[in-house]
Amino acid sequence: MIAEVGAFALILSLALSLAQAVLSYAARVRRSAVLAGAGEGAAIAAFLGVAAAFAALMYAFVVSDFSVANVAMNSHTEKPLLYRIAGTWGNHEGSMLLWCLALTGFGASVAGLGRTLPQGLRTLTVGTQGVLGTVFLAYTVFASNPLARVAQPPVEGRSLNPLLQDPALAVHPPFLYAGYVGMSVVFSLAVAALIEGRVDAAWSRWVRPWTLAAWSLLTVGITLGSFWAYYELGWGGWWFWDPVENASFMPWLVATALLHSAIVTEKRGALAGWTVFLALAAFSFSMLGGFLVRSGVLTSVHAFAVDPTRGVLLLIILGVTAGLGFSLFAWRAPTLGRGGMFAPVSRESALVLNNILLAAATATVLLGTLYPLIREAMSGEAISVGPPYFNLTFTPLMAALLVLLPIGPLLAWKRGDGATALRRLAVAAAVAVVLTLLVGVLVTPRHTWGALGVGLGGWLIAGALAEILERTRVFRVPPAEAWRRFTGLPRGAWGMTLAHLGLGVFVLGAVFETSWKLEAAEALPVGRAIEVGGYSVRLAAVEPVNGPNYDADRGTIVVTRAGQPVCQVTPERRFYTAGGQTTSEVGLCYRGLSHLYLVLGERREGGTYLVRAYWNPWASLIFVGPAIMAAGGLVSLSDRRLRLAAGRRRREQEA
Amino acid sequence: MRLKALLAGLAGVLCLAAASDPAERLPDPAQEARAREIFRDVRCLVCQNESIDDSEAELARDLRVIVREQVSAGRSEAEIKRFLTDRYGEFVLLTPSWSPGNLLLWAGPFLVVVAGAALLLARLRKTAPEPELSPSESERLQQVSRDDGA
Repeated sequence: MIAEVGAFALILSLALSLAQAVLSYAARVRRSAVLAGAGEGAAIAAFLGVAAAFAALMYAFVVSDFSVANVAMNSHTEKPLLYRIAGTWGNHEGSMLLWCLALTGFGASVAGLGRTLPQGLRTLTVGTQGVLGTVFLAYTVFASNPLARVAQPPVEGRSLNPLLQDPALAVHPPFLYAGYVGMSVVFSLAVAALIEGRVDAAWSRWVRPWTLAAWSLLTVGITLGSFWAYYELGWGGWWFWDPVENASFMPWLVATALLHSAIVTEKRGALAGWTVFLALAAFSFSMLGGFLVRSGVLTSVHAFAVDPTRGVLLLIILGVTAGLGFSLFAWRAPTLGRGGMFAPVSRESALVLNNILLAAATATVLLGTLYPLIREAMSGEAISVGPPYFNLTFTPLMAALLVLLPIGPLLAWKRGDGATALRRLAVAAAVAVVLTLLVGVLVTPRHTWGALGVGLGGWLIAGALAEILERTRVFRVPPAEAWRRFTGLPRGAWGMTLAHLGLGVFVLGAVFETSWKLEAAEALPVGRAIEVGGYSVRLAAVEPVNGPNYDADRGTIVVTRAGQPVCQVTPERRFYTAGGQTTSEVGLCYRGLSHLYLVLGERREGGTYLVRAYWNPWASLIFVGPAIMAAGGLVSLSDRRLRLAAGRRRREQEA
Repeated sequence: MRLKALLAGLAGVLCLAAASDPAERLPDPAQEARAREIFRDVRCLVCQNESIDDSEAELARDLRVIVREQVSAGRSEAEIKRFLTDRYGEFVLLTPSWSPGNLLLWAGPFLVVVAGAALLLARLRKTAPEPELSPSESERLQQVSRDDGA
């Protein structure tokens, strides 16, 4: 019964989304506040409908109602509660429903919170959001109904892929999807601006917070996914340049570019056309990501919930939606103003360079992901594009961007003083050089690129701190004055500093881990040890354990260093009976910023077990860095300016 | 200090290129390191998207054995890769070849940089001489100063 109510609510939401689109556009044509209000009401109601459907599906998963086809296919009574809940979005139909939930949720937010947007812009944004909602809800209702029943319910379900039964991955999709779909608001705002033919500071000020929110969520989502891959796939890697990873990385890169170009549009009125273009591109890449992940058109290490036949439908949705957006852009963009002028050395130029390099980096990821498909379609030859390609193209582009990054914030708008900016970065440059030399000389084996990379990380961190010192004039004004400046800094400035700092932390970790990781593997009888990175890793015991829905060999591994106990971990090799898969639970031993990464492998003849041990130096920074970046996004989001601007406009209207 | 701890740790390890599986490892560490280097560029053909260095699949194991045999027979990396592509096609290598068919793939990102830089330069050139005030603004300024003077 509850499933039927959910299915009905979903169909109702489809109708409401359609009404939202039609009413809003009609309101714009007729300039009718009543119709606009009705459109906004429909937006909020559509969200409530999808939320009801989502709750119904979640309930079916929690109580293991196997008469719902989706639950029977993807759940199991023995599965722990958390993974029964996570099962709601751990499959194709459920994840599309989550997508629709986020889409209508953001539409309702614009309708509910958008009081400060100019009326015309708001109505068109809500309307466009309604069009997107209609398209995706129609797909969900007609091609991928998550609440369809089966005639003869099975006694037991087929269970969720055991690799996905993990706390990080249980919460990873909601973050990722909220980030993906958050870009839809930016897309709708761009479409609205193009129809209105006007991009101004008020518009940019609205684009900024939505992009920031979506970007922060996407950052968290990608990092969770990467952390999951790191400890769940069991070979110590954290980024594989896999199509599914690339699919989430492309919208992130575009959103990063958009965050920066929107600043230029807001502060200086320049680059309006480019900012609108990026706003359209961000959600287009999100949809491309959804399509690539869901269609299974590309093979991937984490391709779950794949269905090629419905992929075609998603491709059509992507083509039509993005195509319409960009056609509108081609038609209307020339009407957008050119905006203010700027000198070759200026904040604007620096931000344009940032955008050029980010666009090129996005092109790299896009080409690397899709080129094998294009090549095969055109010549029939299959090729592979793997990590070596990205190391040769993406890495130098990013390195150039990171070298330039600390200089940008120190340049003035319109006409900057390059020499002064560089002088202010003298200390940061010294930090970078000293760090490079230290690492280059002290850390064995010698690794020139690694040392340069660590220096680059230091340059970013020191550069971000130098910028804050410059703003507060510490050491140059009395402490009280410096403190006043320190506390008076807008949140946006802190957000930027945190984001740049987090990037530096990430670079340090990524470079150090990649350059100096160590590994050892040996078939060990119980009681014997292997050495890795100066640690002795002893397999103390192996015992069989029975989990709620799996059987496992659980190893007890004791790590010592020079005879002193360091830690004890219990990696497992699990066998999931329902699906017949084997997975490994990694044992992680944290040593400061570094990890000892211990994997219990298969049982070999003679009663030995294959034990793999990795020493991953500074690996924590790889995940801490992006967390700091996301925190920066949230801090920036809380900036008073983003809220005050609204109040100012209201006063202007009243005046 | 952490760096010192790390140095001590690194010093404790002589053989850096430990193998993915001890049963398959070559006795000569230099040859083993070369084999591992090659593994990272060879795709496990039946897997989703993994190199044979990472994969536990049967086919990946077979390919590792072939590569290790050829390395210990003294064949060069280029020879081994040619042997693999002759058998399995270009698909088996994770680095796309520098061939005309892949021109766009390799040059694309850098074309974006060149195009972007050209657009930026054009924009800077067009707008470089910035008039201090527009004619209407200077007229207004004169008017204001006249009013003040009066």
